[in-house]
Amino acid sequence: MSAKRRRKFDLKAVPGSVAGRLDDDLHIASPLRKIMNKVFPDHWSFLLGEIALWSFVILLLTGTFLTFFFDPSMEEVVYNGSYVPLRGVTMSRAFESSLEISFDVRGGLFIRQMHHWSALIFMAGIIVHMFRTFFTGAFRRPRELNWIIGVMLFWLGFTEGFAGYSLPDDALSGTGLRIANAIVMSVPVIGSWAASSLFGGEFPGTVIVPRLYILHVLLVPAILVALITAHLVLLLLQKHTQWPGPGRTNHNVVGERMVPRYAAKMGGFFMMVFAVTALMGGLFQINPIWLFGPYEASVVSAASQPDWYVMFLDGSTRLFPAWEIRAFGYTVPPLFWPTVMLPGILTVLPALYPYIEARFVKDKSVHHLLQRPRDVPTRTALGAMAIAFYVVLLLSGGNDVIADKFDISLNATTWMGRIGLLLLPPLAFWAVYRICLGLQQHDREVLAHGVETGIIRRLPDGRFVEIHQPLSAKELEYAGWAVPKKMNRLGALVPTVRGFFFPLEKPAPTPVSPAPQRQAIESAEEIESRH
Amino acid sequence: MTGTRFDVDDPAVTRFELVREGARRDGVEIVHYEPRFPIPGTKAERRVERTVAMMFLLAGGAATAFLVAYIWWPYQYEAGANLTKLYTPVLGLTLALTLAGISFGVIIWAKRLLPHEVAVEKRHVGGSPADERKLTAASLVNIVDETDVARRPLLKFAVVAGLLPVGAVAVVPLVGGLLKNPHNPDALLHTGFAPGVRLVRKDMSPIRPEDVSVGGVETVFPGIPGGTTNEYADSPTLLFHLRDEDAAAAARSANADPVNKDSMYLNFVAYSKICTHAGCPASLYEQQTHKLLCPCHQSQFKVTENARPVFGPATRPLPMLPITVDADGFFAAKSDYKVPIGPGFWERS
Repeated sequence: MSAKRRRKFDLKAVPGSVAGRLDDDLHIASPLRKIMNKVFPDHWSFLLGEIALWSFVILLLTGTFLTFFFDPSMEEVVYNGSYVPLRGVTMSRAFESSLEISFDVRGGLFIRQMHHWSALIFMAGIIVHMFRTFFTGAFRRPRELNWIIGVMLFWLGFTEGFAGYSLPDDALSGTGLRIANAIVMSVPVIGSWAASSLFGGEFPGTVIVPRLYILHVLLVPAILVALITAHLVLLLLQKHTQWPGPGRTNHNVVGERMVPRYAAKMGGFFMMVFAVTALMGGLFQINPIWLFGPYEASVVSAASQPDWYVMFLDGSTRLFPAWEIRAFGYTVPPLFWPTVMLPGILTVLPALYPYIEARFVKDKSVHHLLQRPRDVPTRTALGAMAIAFYVVLLLSGGNDVIADKFDISLNATTWMGRIGLLLLPPLAFWAVYRICLGLQQHDREVLAHGVETGIIRRLPDGRFVEIHQPLSAKELEYAGWAVPKKMNRLGALVPTVRGFFFPLEKPAPTPVSPAPQRQAIESAEEIESRH
Repeated sequence: MTGTRFDVDDPAVTRFELVREGARRDGVEIVHYEPRFPIPGTKAERRVERTVAMMFLLAGGAATAFLVAYIWWPYQYEAGANLTKLYTPVLGLTLALTLAGISFGVIIWAKRLLPHEVAVEKRHVGGSPADERKLTAASLVNIVDETDVARRPLLKFAVVAGLLPVGAVAVVPLVGGLLKNPHNPDALLHTGFAPGVRLVRKDMSPIRPEDVSVGGVETVFPGIPGGTTNEYADSPTLLFHLRDEDAAAAARSANADPVNKDSMYLNFVAYSKICTHAGCPASLYEQQTHKLLCPCHQSQFKVTENARPVFGPATRPLPMLPITVDADGFFAAKSDYKVPIGPGFWERS
């Protein structure tokens, strides 16, 4: 009996023994299982926030790549790189390194464009996610805090985007910074001091790009990561809201466990967002700074538009009348109201909205079930009003382009915006309110009388009536959930034959009148194609 | 299982029963669980399997193509129509296909092959149990009790009075380091122009009156070192050569204005190019209507009327630069601007 014989290495036992060791040391079996068993409800609208989340991940990945090559220096250099048309031009080192990323770094332009597109998608994701949360009442108690974090995430994303947009020091971003400087200057009492302190003296100076750089790559992303983490932790603690439906109550979550199916779908969705971003970054040119050239204080072109999420403030600035307050030797410039006051209102009002609404409808209870927008017409109409206000501002941010492309007087587009800003929101409120009531009424009608079948019957007295298919023998209560409105939702239409090259199942018999029951059709099919 | 204790070591217990019991202990009830394809190996199942496999293979193929393109495709910019222009699109297309392949593969797998389940998790509405709250509250209040501040007013005072300045130490240096007085030197009031400073083009060449055609306009800068660069971002100026009748109108209104009096030279007038609204260069001149438009927010200024704003958000006219012609026959400033140029601010009267 040899004691020296090597113990047989059992590969199959490795995961078990590693897991055992990990639990011995970390005591994680229960918490790990608890996380894995977490139930998530499923609905397409819950994916909108994920667009923002995954875009943020893409931003971190591509942004890290860019920092290896970008130099935020404002030092003056003469370009002598591979882009011939700009050779010999004096520019800042920041602009030169942006050109190097675009032309001399392998794949640099691709990553730069992906980074920029991703930032636009990130902001769009935040906004549509916010709409979803607003219109379905997901912000209500107990989620007010997470809603406020969301509002902060929007403005942080806005700041982060603007800072990034300013870094290449091209003609467009320099103009943006020029306006930003004027906006800071417009703040009463502290304006000129604040601007001078931020820019290190007179505009443009040489410190603003390095300062924005550290803001863009460290300070704001750190706060963003912290707040996104808080946003997700709160989501996990409070559990996701769910739509009303069979078996769903305020006291449960109905869906699927996180692993494996839900996590797989999330991962797949990340890849999909990433794929779309990659496609856009590769195929669609964005911010071609070499065409704009370096920033010069004396040069700007028409159609100088900021990134889309800044455009509504550009629009508000264009629309605001030339009103200036001058008193006692002091001035409040017109720029102050649309660019400082308006964003202030747009931060405070949405952040407090959950509390305002709760106060108005006298509702202090806890809600985990979502509401269909039609069932809360006032809120939905208010949201539509906000969207109308926003869209007028957004379009006005490009009114010079609209005037040019549609051959309208520029001043006319400004007036259209001014009038539209006052007129369209109330109009949107009214229209959406009516639409909500109409949809509500139709839901009730279907529940009471049944679905329209499209079959017209002639009565003995000569009248024609449409036959309705009742949903149930007795009248149904509205349950806050979608009501079937078409016969094929009730299984009246036979499913089409599946299969691309050859049928995977036997074709259903030709429909006869009256239509056969769904069960009768299904039993004729191969069982394998159904679940 | 109801009523009896679940025995995890029972050899008869299946793995799924263990999963279900684990979920139950976590407050999750798996109420519905069924395979997508109850009969394994059917045509339909194999079809889904093939689709998923195809997606992953597509991802692999596209990833290989991406790598090949990344390494061997010419990437450095060359002028003209050539393959380098396709480098970024090829990278984008191949990477997008790679990621889309993974995405569709994983999602189809999850949606069409993994078992269908409905799980219900209990949700606690409201706060923690009352006794838990009471215990935690006691622990928190105990912190205050232990410090015994109520009995020790001196400590209370000392902590507040002593730590308040310390808090300021954390904030003040940051703000203090950034702080810069805008009025020392008073940069907001001065540009690069001064008595005798020539008006020059971007290339520093001085300008004679005959260089500017009638009705024309030229962007000029102070002829000092760095005067044409962003160091003097407040100095770009527009020099207009007006037609006789327009010049007469401009001179009439200029001379009626106490600030702009005697600032024109013959039919020439110079205004700051920096918009008084947000500081963009007001650079679009419409000769027929004598309107100068700033493309950023569309403020419009009437050149023949002291450049007063006639449309858009600007409230103040563009400042006029007093100009003359020096001994050598080149344009020069008579003085700096008499009012601050550019956007407004609080202490500007």
